[in-house]
Amino acid sequence: MLGLGADLLWADMNRLLAFLFHQGVLDEQFLQLQQLQDETSPNFVSEVVNIYFHESEKLLRNLRGLLMEKEFSDYKKMGIHLNQLMGSSSSIGAKRVTNVCLAFRAATDHSNRSGCLRALEMLEHEYCYLKNKLHELFQIEQQRALAAGVRYPVQNN
Amino acid sequence: MGLGLKMKIQEMQMVMQKHHVPVALRMHEQNGSQKRKYTLIQKNRALIPLFLLLWILVMFYFCCNIFNKMDADAKVRRKEGLESQCDQRARMLQDQFSVSVNHVHALAILVSTFHYYRHPSAVDQETFAEYTARTAFERPLLSGVAYAQRVVHSERERFEKQHGWIIKTMEREPSQLRDEYAPVIFAQETLSYLESLDMMSGKEDRENILRARATGKAVLTAPLAFRSHHLGVFTFPVTNLSFLQSHETRKATAGYIGGSFDVESLVENLLGQLAGNQAILVNVYDVTNSSTHLIMYGSQNEKGDMSLVHESNLDFGDPYRNHTMICRYHQKAPTNWMALTTVFLSFVILLLIGYILYGAGIHIVKVEDDYQEMEELKVLAEAADVAKSQFLATVSHEIRTPMNGILGMLGLLLDTELTSTQRDYAQTAQACGKALITLINEVLDRAKIEAGKLELEAVPFDLRSILDDVLSLFSEKSRHKGLELAVFVSDKVPDIVMGDPGRFRQIITNLVGNSVKFTERGHIFVKVHLAESRKPTMNGTCETYQNGETDEVGHISGGCNSKTLSGCEAADERNNWDNFKHLIADEEFLFDGLVKKVASSECYEQVTLMVCVEDTGIGIPFSAQDRIFMPFVQADSSTSRHYGGTGIGLSISKCLVELMGGQINFISRPQVGVHFHLLQTLDVHKIKNDVRADVRSSSSLRSQPCVMKPVELLHEIPLTRLVSAKCNTLKAVVCGDVYSDYSADMFRERIMVFGRGWSFNIWQLDWKKNGHMLKIPQMILLATNISNAEFDRAKAKGFSDTVIMKPLRASMVAACLQQVLGMGKKRQLGKDMPNGSTFLKGLLCGKKMLVVDDNIVNRRVAAGALKKFGADVKCAESGKVALEMLQLPHNFDACFMDIQMPEMDGFEATRRIRMMESKANEQLTNGDEHPHLPILAMTADVIHATYEECLKCGMDGYVSKPFEEENLYQAVAKFF
Repeated sequence: MLGLGADLLWADMNRLLAFLFHQGVLDEQFLQLQQLQDETSPNFVSEVVNIYFHESEKLLRNLRGLLMEKEFSDYKKMGIHLNQLMGSSSSIGAKRVTNVCLAFRAATDHSNRSGCLRALEMLEHEYCYLKNKLHELFQIEQQRALAAGVRYPVQNN
Repeated sequence: MGLGLKMKIQEMQMVMQKHHVPVALRMHEQNGSQKRKYTLIQKNRALIPLFLLLWILVMFYFCCNIFNKMDADAKVRRKEGLESQCDQRARMLQDQFSVSVNHVHALAILVSTFHYYRHPSAVDQETFAEYTARTAFERPLLSGVAYAQRVVHSERERFEKQHGWIIKTMEREPSQLRDEYAPVIFAQETLSYLESLDMMSGKEDRENILRARATGKAVLTAPLAFRSHHLGVFTFPVTNLSFLQSHETRKATAGYIGGSFDVESLVENLLGQLAGNQAILVNVYDVTNSSTHLIMYGSQNEKGDMSLVHESNLDFGDPYRNHTMICRYHQKAPTNWMALTTVFLSFVILLLIGYILYGAGIHIVKVEDDYQEMEELKVLAEAADVAKSQFLATVSHEIRTPMNGILGMLGLLLDTELTSTQRDYAQTAQACGKALITLINEVLDRAKIEAGKLELEAVPFDLRSILDDVLSLFSEKSRHKGLELAVFVSDKVPDIVMGDPGRFRQIITNLVGNSVKFTERGHIFVKVHLAESRKPTMNGTCETYQNGETDEVGHISGGCNSKTLSGCEAADERNNWDNFKHLIADEEFLFDGLVKKVASSECYEQVTLMVCVEDTGIGIPFSAQDRIFMPFVQADSSTSRHYGGTGIGLSISKCLVELMGGQINFISRPQVGVHFHLLQTLDVHKIKNDVRADVRSSSSLRSQPCVMKPVELLHEIPLTRLVSAKCNTLKAVVCGDVYSDYSADMFRERIMVFGRGWSFNIWQLDWKKNGHMLKIPQMILLATNISNAEFDRAKAKGFSDTVIMKPLRASMVAACLQQVLGMGKKRQLGKDMPNGSTFLKGLLCGKKMLVVDDNIVNRRVAAGALKKFGADVKCAESGKVALEMLQLPHNFDACFMDIQMPEMDGFEATRRIRMMESKANEQLTNGDEHPHLPILAMTADVIHATYEECLKCGMDGYVSKPFEEENLYQAVAKFF
């Protein structure tokens, strides 16, 4: 029964992953990331992704702060932040976030304030979406790990 | 699962719609702004008919004015004419009259002279009559003259006695008693009836006489009523000179001379002498009494043209009486036809001009309306185009995304434990997936070409490897169909040329794909050589080739002996085997050593390549040959039914070729085949030797001093040739006859290449016959289409790993030869197992790595990736930290350096590290050098320029940022 649950969860996870891939939220880099996870570093993916969230939230906050300055927006600084964000996003394979970052950076290059604002909103949206989905994914994975954990001893026996 | 898929599709559509709507909106907005641009004419389109009407009215008014003016002119002229004529007549009449009066005056003097001066009188009635009759011509106006003597009452009796008659009144009765009388004594014959009549008895005459006497001048009577007004009388006083002294004319008057004049005949005569009297109606009036005008000449009834009248005064020398002459035209003024026509014609002309302008205006409006409409349509079309591109982009994106998933999953699958068959399948699937992705990209590019937005890149690429790739893409298909598919690249063609490999590949893929599609039997042969070297060497001796036993369908059924690759007839006669052999021979001649070749390839700046794709398919019908390059056109409609396809490939190929500045053409014979040839000028890339070593997969064979002696069936000689050409430093000897040449000599060679069919039969006896087993040659079997059973048989014979499936690919041949010769194992391993993580693991295990990246996520991922391969990873978050960690001596084996970092970027950090190293080495001088630390750049963009910059500042390579094992392996393998 429990083993079946683990299988179901496994299927769920795969479906969710496939869905995210399909939507272009993630790309194969995420798979690469998953490959890096093995017995020696069992929580590698979630660890990295949590770091990513932590960093990204900081960056997003900074970006919003920079953009909200009434008179003057430091586009150069924003570009640096965006490069950071883009780099880390592409590392974890958050494709859509990366793409929005690209657009955002183009907007900062042109010092296009309204474009920046739009891009920021989109970025936040994408980011939230990604965050929710990944959290969902990790939750399923955790459950699965639990289920599998229950199952393994059974199997071993 | 199916439901899920459906939902996904719906979602996709939704996404697409979402994308689409703003575009459409934007288009509409543009529409709106464009609509405002009206021209002046268009703005006032409603006024155009009004303008026409106004124009007509104005022109009508204008014409009327002109007409009026002209008419008035004519009238003035007419009036002036009338005036002058009238005045002339009046003057003449006056003159004539005065002449007559003068003459009467003279007559009066005559009477006074001869009647009163002489005693007795010299004048009697007869003399007077005689004289007056003879001088009548002098008085044309007067019908006659008479002389009446003044007789006072006292003298009456004496007078009557003297003359013998009594004075009678006008009524011919004896005159009553009066103060004085004026009886006519002399009269012209015409007036003889007046003799003895008392002129004083008539009331008018009496007044006249009295007036004449009072003034002493001639006086006129009013026209005499009793003689139809035409007759007038004028009276002249005759003075007796003897009384003149008294100055009293009354007393001096001795008598009166009178003349009657007939105005009518007078005027008639006068007018008769003048021209144009018919046109003018003349009336003469006596206007003494202003209330009643007495007509003297002309009929009252004849009205003539009453509109125009001219009045001239007549002065007959009698101040008491006034006469006028009134002239008018007989006819009414004629209609002024000339003015009328002129005006009418000009009106018509102006009307036409107006109409033309109107038409022009209408036309302009129409044209501009059309233009607007076109603009709108254009905008719509552009919107549609944008939508199409967007659709294409979206769809291909949507396809690409799951494809990425598939590829990723396949990658994962390949990492698991698989049997070789499974691995093979999975690898094939992965390869196909990759091909699909490239295809999708190509589809996008096609859309780009159509939009004219394609940009060609100019990067160095290896022509041969591209051809190999293309070949491998179609190898499955051609094998399935039993086609010979071969590529031959002339040795003279430089290894690396500059150009757009993607496009080039696309073109070749298209051409070969078409050939494969339309060819059922025979061969497809891709040939690349320099255009200059392709002289048609037709003087080759015609060797007789023996038909070997073969499974070629065309060979058996056709029985034709064309010297082409497969033996089937080809479209271009010149392109047969003979010619090819000569070409090769030519090249061989030149191709004595590698040095020469390198020299030759490097002395050219540009080469013109001739790429030929030859097939033995259905060909192109003559009727369709001229439109074969048009998009979506296939030779005939049945083609797509039989073979599928859209017919866009060739047109795109042509576009691409022309974009790259080349030419594409073809020769075709229906049912025989097509021969496409493509002329393309490309820059030669100056290559560094180390790069060359990498790009040339077969280069490792160069150093091998082995001699290969292929033994082949005759019809497969080209393949032999191909093999030898591919491993281009291996000398190949072609044996003509299999059986005769099949001697012990052969076994001195290390490699034998067999065509199939041949090998199975004689395999057995070879070994035994030769006896000595010292040097067993390595065997390679070439096969086009091999069934499983045959494959098993071959395996049994010893061709376990050394079956090469045609088409021959350089890399495959190289790999096979490497395997046979037992060399380059390591390389091969890497090549054959691109996902060989175990290998990578071995490579990196225990190595100490430094990862430098400011981005913590990236750092973690990179570290994770490297750790997975067993490496011991340390991290540094900035260039400065890395520098500190790399202070000599350190124990790092390699360093992965992010390029974009704040404060100190990767380039700078590397430069410093290198500086540090060189400084340390200088200090050490004892030859015990610090090892050169490999530094690999990590970069998100793998642009060429970046790579070069990496090398410039002392880095040893680069890895593209999201780590991929293959990539990582390639970068790392150089150093460990």
